[in-house]
Amino acid sequence: MKTRILAATFGVLMGTTATVALAGTLDDVKNKGFVQCGVSQGLAGFSQPDSAGNWTGLDVDFCRSLASAIFNDPTKVKFTPLSAKERFTALQSGEIDVLSRNTTWTMSRDTKQGKFAGVMYYDGQGFMIRKSLGITSAKQLGGASVCTNTGTTTELNLADWFRTQKLDYKVVSFEKSEEVVKAYDAGRCDVLTTDASGLYAERLKLTKPDEHIVLPEIISKEPLGPMVRQGDDAWFNVVKWTYYALLTAEELGITKANADDTLAKTENPDVKRFLGKDGSFGADIGLTNAWAFQIVKNMGNYGELFEKNVGETSPLKISRGINALWTKGGLQYAPPVR
Amino acid sequence: MSDVTASAAFVRPTLAEPRDPPKSFVGPFAWARAHLFGSIFDALLTAFGLFLLGWIAWTVLDFALFRAVWSAKDGETCRAEGVGACWPYVEAYWKQFVYGRYPAEERWRPTLVFAIFAATLIPLAMPKVPYKRANVIAFLVGMPIASYFLLTGGVFGLEPVETTLWGGLLVTLIVSVVGIVCSLPLGILLALGRRSKLPIIKMLCIVTIEFWRGVPLITVLFMASNMLPLFMPEGMEVDKLLRALIGVAIFTSAYLAETIRGGLQAIPKGQYEGAMALGLGYWQMMGLIVMPQALKLVIPGIVNSFISLFKDTTLVLIVSIFDLLGMIQASLADPVWISPVTGKTGYLVAAVTFWVFCFGMSRYSQWMERRLATGHKR
Repeated sequence: MKTRILAATFGVLMGTTATVALAGTLDDVKNKGFVQCGVSQGLAGFSQPDSAGNWTGLDVDFCRSLASAIFNDPTKVKFTPLSAKERFTALQSGEIDVLSRNTTWTMSRDTKQGKFAGVMYYDGQGFMIRKSLGITSAKQLGGASVCTNTGTTTELNLADWFRTQKLDYKVVSFEKSEEVVKAYDAGRCDVLTTDASGLYAERLKLTKPDEHIVLPEIISKEPLGPMVRQGDDAWFNVVKWTYYALLTAEELGITKANADDTLAKTENPDVKRFLGKDGSFGADIGLTNAWAFQIVKNMGNYGELFEKNVGETSPLKISRGINALWTKGGLQYAPPVR
Repeated sequence: MSDVTASAAFVRPTLAEPRDPPKSFVGPFAWARAHLFGSIFDALLTAFGLFLLGWIAWTVLDFALFRAVWSAKDGETCRAEGVGACWPYVEAYWKQFVYGRYPAEERWRPTLVFAIFAATLIPLAMPKVPYKRANVIAFLVGMPIASYFLLTGGVFGLEPVETTLWGGLLVTLIVSVVGIVCSLPLGILLALGRRSKLPIIKMLCIVTIEFWRGVPLITVLFMASNMLPLFMPEGMEVDKLLRALIGVAIFTSAYLAETIRGGLQAIPKGQYEGAMALGLGYWQMMGLIVMPQALKLVIPGIVNSFISLFKDTTLVLIVSIFDLLGMIQASLADPVWISPVTGKTGYLVAAVTFWVFCFGMSRYSQWMERRLATGHKR
């Protein structure tokens, strides 16, 4: 008897869970009036709170764009800082609506943990070296000593790369990245290796940042992008097309400054469709037709966000590289809005 | 008889003036000679110790004062070569170190909570101040209720503030104070339960204590914040900070229970028998006779647990609750202030803050021990 009651209670509980889940994240978000966005606990240029306590960074701005698309208000977003360990459980348990936390898109994560909506930043492992050594390519690094973290994929990638290049090298590895930077700064090794975006932040911790350069070679693929729960296509569409809208805006030359002007004057059918003058693309995914206009008006396009947070105008000074639009030799490419 | 008087003729009627001890046995020099330079080995040790102390003091002072950067707009100045501590970074961030991301215009509320906390705790800690009973009620009932409503808001026209925005020293103090205040009574009950003659209560207490002592605090926090929501029906949410608080309190109470049980075992059987002979019931006997003696015996152990609890609060960072250390680490990622010395400055601030609190607790407990040392002093 008791077991039956237990089973019934359990069934009821599971039933309610299922119906709540069916309601869909987009409707939930609209009802509660804000997007709950999972970010990192502090990563320069991607998501970190500034001295006034406001969250800034590329990953943060993506969430603000999402809020702009849904509510036409970039402030309607709440941030949950997450450690690397808890990020996927937080997404799956519904604690957050979208995970925008410099998470590398890999097959297992994309198939088991959630769905990746796009690549906000194409990262990869790179090398930093002293300018005075006169080396311009990683292929000249034969015999070099390399500082890195122990027990990470960074170390494995390094070994793979030097083996395929048939070059000699010596590893000087440390537990913490603070120690790695310190050892490199003290001259205990010739080369410092970690994710390229991280290299630029680490460079600022060196005593003479200008005397070091990041070599052009990238030896691993680390596409970082926003992630949503599986099985919720409506919400997945909104997140994915927010990302595409940022890219399309840059491609069409629409910026935060000229958005109003473009909307008023444009005759270009692509721009008209994008900004919601033609068609009902926004309404079809459960938003307003002005969704893309709201994103650009409030936040700017992808290029603007990149420059502001990690690009040449930021302290990190990362060049666009493969994160440029496909029209400029990069990898950022958005399907057409039609 | 007369003989005695006669022989006492050369006994001095008054005491001789005491002479000063030899010059080489008094004063700071003699003390130093006896204690610091007693032998060649002692002299070497002293010299080495002095050198070490001087070197540490010089390194810290040199970094924190002499080479420090005192004013700067951003991290650019701190990136210069050979500079010491980057104090402008602390100036820009100290509010976050104290309040976390608590909204700026609402920061008077945590400030008021700090003030109420100090106003109720300090008189409580000073034995001479009267009205102890009212004070205890104010501290244990008034202060938590006032703090709860002030911090969370949502009543009396106060803006609601989510616990995810709390952080810094505020969270460190909340976690440790709640942990300390809740774990002591829980620990006492568990300790009594473990020595109880009622088999079910005894078993329950043993299982609780051994289970919570058997798992690491990190696991407790991680389970509470990440696994628990997966088992709960959707829509039902227990606040993350609250989950961590409960975890920390139960965890500490298990350790305290064992410390207190040690004290209980040191109380001679005669005390129990005496209490029973007076006709006291179980709770009266425990509350009036046994516990006061047992607790006094284990003050060092209890304070030990409290200090380690205070330091363990930094572990809440792994469940993304930003205590003082967490806020400092998060601020280190700000590209505006990144520099070779920013990290060291931040960690110096954390170290000094933690040291002040832990050292304060330890000194207070030592003073309390001396004050209560009635008949146990050896």
